[in-house]
Amino acid sequence: MSTTTEAQVVLRLQGITKRFGPVTANEEVSFDLHRGEVIALLGENGAGKTTLMNILFGQYTADAGEVELFGQPLPPGAPRAALDAGVGMVHQHFTLADNLTVWENIVLGVDDLSGLSLKPREVKSRIRALSERFHLKVDPSAKVGRLTVGERQRVEILKALYRDAKILILDEPTAVLTPQEAEALFATLEEAIATGLSVIFISHKLHEVMAISHRVLVLRHGQLVAERATDSTNREELAALMVGAEVAAPSIESAAPGAPLLSLREVSTPDHGAAPGLKSLNLTLAAGQITGLAGVSGNGQAALSDLLSGLITPASGEMMLAGQSIKNWSARSAIAQGIARIPEDRHKTGTIADFDLTENAILETYASRFSRRGWMDWARARAFTKDLIQTYDVRCPGPDIRIRLLSGGNMQKLILGRVLEEEPQIILANQPVRGLDIGAVNYVHEQLAKARDRGAAVLLISEDLDEIMQLSDVIHVISEGRLSPGFARGSMRPEELGGWMAGHGFDAEATDAA
Amino acid sequence: MRLEPIEAPSPARRIVPPALAMAATFLVAAALALIAGGNPFAVFGLILTGAFGSKFALLETLNSATPLIFTGLAIAVAFRAKLWNIGAEAQLYAGAVLTVILGTGALGLPSYLMLPLCGLAAMLAGALLLLGPALLKTRLGVDEVVTTLLFNFIFLLFVSYLLEGPLKDPMGMGWPKSARLTSEARLPRIVEGLRLHWGFALALVAALLVWVINTRTTLGYEMRAVGQNAEAAGFAGIPVTRVILKTALLSGGLAGLAGFSEVSGLKGALTLDLSPGFGYTGIVVAMLALLHPLGVVLAALFVAAIFVGADSMSRAVGVPSYIADIMLASALLFMVLAILLTKFRVRRD
Repeated sequence: MSTTTEAQVVLRLQGITKRFGPVTANEEVSFDLHRGEVIALLGENGAGKTTLMNILFGQYTADAGEVELFGQPLPPGAPRAALDAGVGMVHQHFTLADNLTVWENIVLGVDDLSGLSLKPREVKSRIRALSERFHLKVDPSAKVGRLTVGERQRVEILKALYRDAKILILDEPTAVLTPQEAEALFATLEEAIATGLSVIFISHKLHEVMAISHRVLVLRHGQLVAERATDSTNREELAALMVGAEVAAPSIESAAPGAPLLSLREVSTPDHGAAPGLKSLNLTLAAGQITGLAGVSGNGQAALSDLLSGLITPASGEMMLAGQSIKNWSARSAIAQGIARIPEDRHKTGTIADFDLTENAILETYASRFSRRGWMDWARARAFTKDLIQTYDVRCPGPDIRIRLLSGGNMQKLILGRVLEEEPQIILANQPVRGLDIGAVNYVHEQLAKARDRGAAVLLISEDLDEIMQLSDVIHVISEGRLSPGFARGSMRPEELGGWMAGHGFDAEATDAA
Repeated sequence: MRLEPIEAPSPARRIVPPALAMAATFLVAAALALIAGGNPFAVFGLILTGAFGSKFALLETLNSATPLIFTGLAIAVAFRAKLWNIGAEAQLYAGAVLTVILGTGALGLPSYLMLPLCGLAAMLAGALLLLGPALLKTRLGVDEVVTTLLFNFIFLLFVSYLLEGPLKDPMGMGWPKSARLTSEARLPRIVEGLRLHWGFALALVAALLVWVINTRTTLGYEMRAVGQNAEAAGFAGIPVTRVILKTALLSGGLAGLAGFSEVSGLKGALTLDLSPGFGYTGIVVAMLALLHPLGVVLAALFVAAIFVGADSMSRAVGVPSYIADIMLASALLFMVLAILLTKFRVRRD
């Protein structure tokens, strides 16, 4: 139980149960949230965190159980009621309108934008007051489309505060932030808690949970399996509670680099909307090495990944594969040249949701391996998929079920199997463990390390600095399409890399002016 | 109200809503029949016997279903790859025009060469007609719904010009009508003396072939992949643009065959009323069939039966045959809703 003095209970969940068909997303979940308290909600992907928050926020209706806000029962399935009672949610994917200004976004849904009663001046000054008080620096008149990701998150939080939220739900809030921005976010939260705000903090990252929360609730398979006061637990215990067993991260030894397999020389690509292209980038991927690419999302990772995947070609500069300059670059030639690609979005880019496992497993190689004179060899494709399922431990009823029914981890294992079966020389892993549970994360990391040990060149793109630092033999930082020099394993502290991620250091060599 | 996706729909959920949709269709029709002063049971009975009740009625229904199978397949092939071909009407006429150009005496070929030639030419004409909008879509991102739909009107006016000019039958007493096909260019009847022509058999073969293409061939796999998720298909190295163009050729070709089959099998000459909107009704057929090629055959038979049956019913009891249009429209609307309900459940806020 809470060790603090008995503060007022602002939120009470009582026996919440939610089923989707045969799947139980939440089972008998009960907890209290007190005034000024931060609860961390910890759990693997698919543990039921998001479902629980959607019920609290009225987007889903629970099959059983009730939610009480400030002593009043919350009518189920009414998002408006939760909003009006003072619950604010900052989603992982922001819900802002790019073409509106900050203040317009904030009042959207609260005040009638077209109404005559709206007084922009008053609104803006209220927003300014809030942003000063909570250290949420942002210009109320700026267009949201022009803001950085960190600024957008501040707008989301301001939106909740503007509506007098008493309870703030943050879903994976640091996923898109630099370490420095995350620090600033935590400072803001400290401030907010001091004024009596209560926070539910959803995260995978154990160190953040340890840093910010008072209490930790662990969800596993939809059930609340543990509750710990944060100062009486540690990261190891929480990790074990999450997966239900002691887990050890694979230890990855450093390796000496081999021959360069792929190199980019002064490669530039055009900007794509708000996402910057590459700016005269030089990069070499060496055999037997994991090269880590750190950076805040939206700084050119997409362009680099698209380039190596064969989706775009360099606008200028040269791309060399095994000493040969590349011509006629396409996705198919990238595959033919032995580049294994693990895409960032396994749902949208990596798989076809309504295709079965077999159809997904052969997506990249159907033409060369499973088709003869225009006819598909489904028997062979199915046998191949069965092998993949065995070898890569894909938990599923069989090769004939639609892939949308698999969990993220199993989906990723199938993608891994699909590309690693070909014994690729170069592996591009873009956010390979995003949204996976710890067991699957370790599995993916082991596979990447194994591929490296047999001599493959691996490029690991991730927004998670811990992951980069744990796996990479060389680390580059990307910022606004520019690449930092390579840093050897262990030569940089996270804060130093954070500086590069924020864009410092790039200009030092270029110019002394400005 | 909100829609919540259902991850794994149960068998009941996949069957019950479409069944209810058909029930609702008949309820609407029954109400209208009552308003028009007919006994609904009698009306449905007459529609049924009018469509299937005699050998003549049955063959009439099969004949009417033939062009709908072709256009339904054309639409199903295209829609499955998310190529929104609304232009099957024009593609049908393009096939008919080519059949008439080649089949009215310009070539002195025997039947076994003439018919395949006309059929292939009709397919090619339909295919090329859709290739244009498909290229505009893949090259410039022009919406093919707009281009194919509007091109129907342009092409029909072009056919009208042809029938008043170059293709006009000199013996036609001034009617806008082409010359009649030579007997070598006519699809024979399946059984001598009965009106059913070989176009129907051709349509069944086409449906079977499309099904085989979809499930067994590399192209079918590519078309399904592009239709379901073009981004993932492109990422995996499937040549998305080329697949869309091949889909367009196949879809347009099938619609072109409808024109060939109607002129060569049924009418014997081209007039402006060759198709009372088979290209558009094909969309209904394809949707009712859930884009499945074998389902297209069933859906085309259903639609044809309603039209043929309603015609004969209205002659008997005086309930207007427009009831067929309403039944078709409500079947489509209810079916679209039913399909939604197999995939989503409705939640009230």
